[in-house]
Amino acid sequence: MSTVAPQLTRTEFTPTSPKRADEYSIRTDDLSLWYGDFQALMNVSVKIKKGIITGLIGPSGCGKTTLLRCFNRINERYGNVTTTGDIEILDKNIYDEDVSVRQLRRSVGMVFQRPNPLPISIYDNVLFGMGIHDAHKSLSKSERHDVVEEALREVDLWNTVKDRLKDRATTLTLEQQQKLCIARLLPLKPDIILMDEPCSALDAEGIEKVENLIESLREDYTVVIVTHNMAQARRATDECIFMLLGEIIEHSKTSEMFLNPQHEKTEMYIQGRYG
Amino acid sequence: MPETTPDSGSGFSLRRSIQKVVDFSEPAIVGLIHLCGWSAIIFVMAIFYFVFSESLPAITGLEEGLDHAEVEKLDMVEFTTSPKWIPESAKRPTFGILALMIGTLSVTVLSMIIAVPLGLGAAVYVSEFARGRSREILKVLIELLAAIPSVVWGFIGLVVLNPMLVDVTGEPVGLNILNAGIVLALMSVPIIVSVSEDALRAVPDSFREAGIALGANRWEMVYKVLFPAAKNGLLAAVLLGIGRGIGETMAVLMCTGHSVNMPTSVFDPVRTLTATIAAELGEAVRGDMHYHTLFLIGVVLFVFAFIINLTADLIVKGIKVQGNE
Repeated sequence: MSTVAPQLTRTEFTPTSPKRADEYSIRTDDLSLWYGDFQALMNVSVKIKKGIITGLIGPSGCGKTTLLRCFNRINERYGNVTTTGDIEILDKNIYDEDVSVRQLRRSVGMVFQRPNPLPISIYDNVLFGMGIHDAHKSLSKSERHDVVEEALREVDLWNTVKDRLKDRATTLTLEQQQKLCIARLLPLKPDIILMDEPCSALDAEGIEKVENLIESLREDYTVVIVTHNMAQARRATDECIFMLLGEIIEHSKTSEMFLNPQHEKTEMYIQGRYG
Repeated sequence: MPETTPDSGSGFSLRRSIQKVVDFSEPAIVGLIHLCGWSAIIFVMAIFYFVFSESLPAITGLEEGLDHAEVEKLDMVEFTTSPKWIPESAKRPTFGILALMIGTLSVTVLSMIIAVPLGLGAAVYVSEFARGRSREILKVLIELLAAIPSVVWGFIGLVVLNPMLVDVTGEPVGLNILNAGIVLALMSVPIIVSVSEDALRAVPDSFREAGIALGANRWEMVYKVLFPAAKNGLLAAVLLGIGRGIGETMAVLMCTGHSVNMPTSVFDPVRTLTATIAAELGEAVRGDMHYHTLFLIGVVLFVFAFIINLTADLIVKGIKVQGNE
């Protein structure tokens, strides 16, 4: 069957003029960040390409999760965070005054380390984002159902859960929960999906399935993924950014980085000699 | 040289004798701890037995008169449906608690209408919005509010709220449902705040991040994420507040006006079940119908409180079962 779910238009972060049909989704310029007195990011300037999977790697505490959490400004929920420098998402500086954090987070979805579906039904989880953005009010019941079906099909979960959409999402297995957490981003038509070690709570089989899912997202979304797992970074990413103590050490194609790292520290890290 | 070889003397034998004492006292300590655990049940049972047995003669019949010839029984239909409470009437004492039940219910309902939004709002503020020092200060102050004796609350209702209500509403007397409802609400708020704050803080932070990352602002996060996630705990908090409202005695005795009355508005004075017992038990003749009927009111209150606490308990247990999933 082919139900065409009602299309949500992408938001103001979508490039409008042809000259902005740019190859970069995320650009940071001289970005520094402090938690209180502790500087977690030091003058980070990075360009992340559109439509590919970029991995952020580095030892614990190197700032990769912090950098990821800058991109949807979720860092700001802690009161003691200070940021300097610029972040441009789809050519729009996200610290500009006319930027609505709500719209930003609609364009930039996030998947967390531990699957965190909300303690409501599977169905309501998928529609939660639309509820926040008042996007589902104009939809009829069957259109909403189509939205749910399309999102769940895209993460390969529909056949498993179609008969239990009203069950609490917390009754699913961890792997299914993580897929649901990805599925609930999709009705909002994000441009970028940030993933913070999305597989670290899963078993080997779950990792494989979620990695395949991430792979299948590449066409439509820019994916930035933080991982501790070198094998995963090698398997599942197109480009890698190696960070150390809040600085970018190396940013290159994954194949190049793993075959021929330019920096000694990168080489030591990916060979597992420290970190 | 090892000092605990069997033949190495006093160190070893001292240890052995200590071991003997421990072996001997262990069952005694275990028994004591068991007793402490069971004592709560024993006390509740004893109270229930006492209240119930003192109320029983009113139901089964009471021998009246000097010759013990007549048997007087409480008319249960009148007891539950009559609004007339005239226990000391010389002609015909009437024991109807309908007006008293309505009094208790009206005061409790009004107080909950005030206290639930106030308490939940305060809990949300303390757990989600207040930070650092202001949160700590607020928590201490709210706990302090719970420590104010109920007679002091009654005093505030009588001396402060009473003239204010007379001024504002234009009623001749300010001791009525509204006064008692407000005072009772202020007394229930600390309970509601502390229980529901615990429930909100028990919601994992990952739920909050999920909501925020999908674009929810803090208010949407509270009512679309936290309330559904913590709803059992919040319901338990409300029920505990209601329990407090129904059981409260001194403050409502002082603030309701304490007159038997079927109220038609919140500006009418009423009398509650609890206040009736408190005010009359000391004067009732021990062993007569009035005395036993007051205990029967106690049983009614006991049943109310029991149902509410049981419900709250089952709901809280429901949270734990879900948490174990």
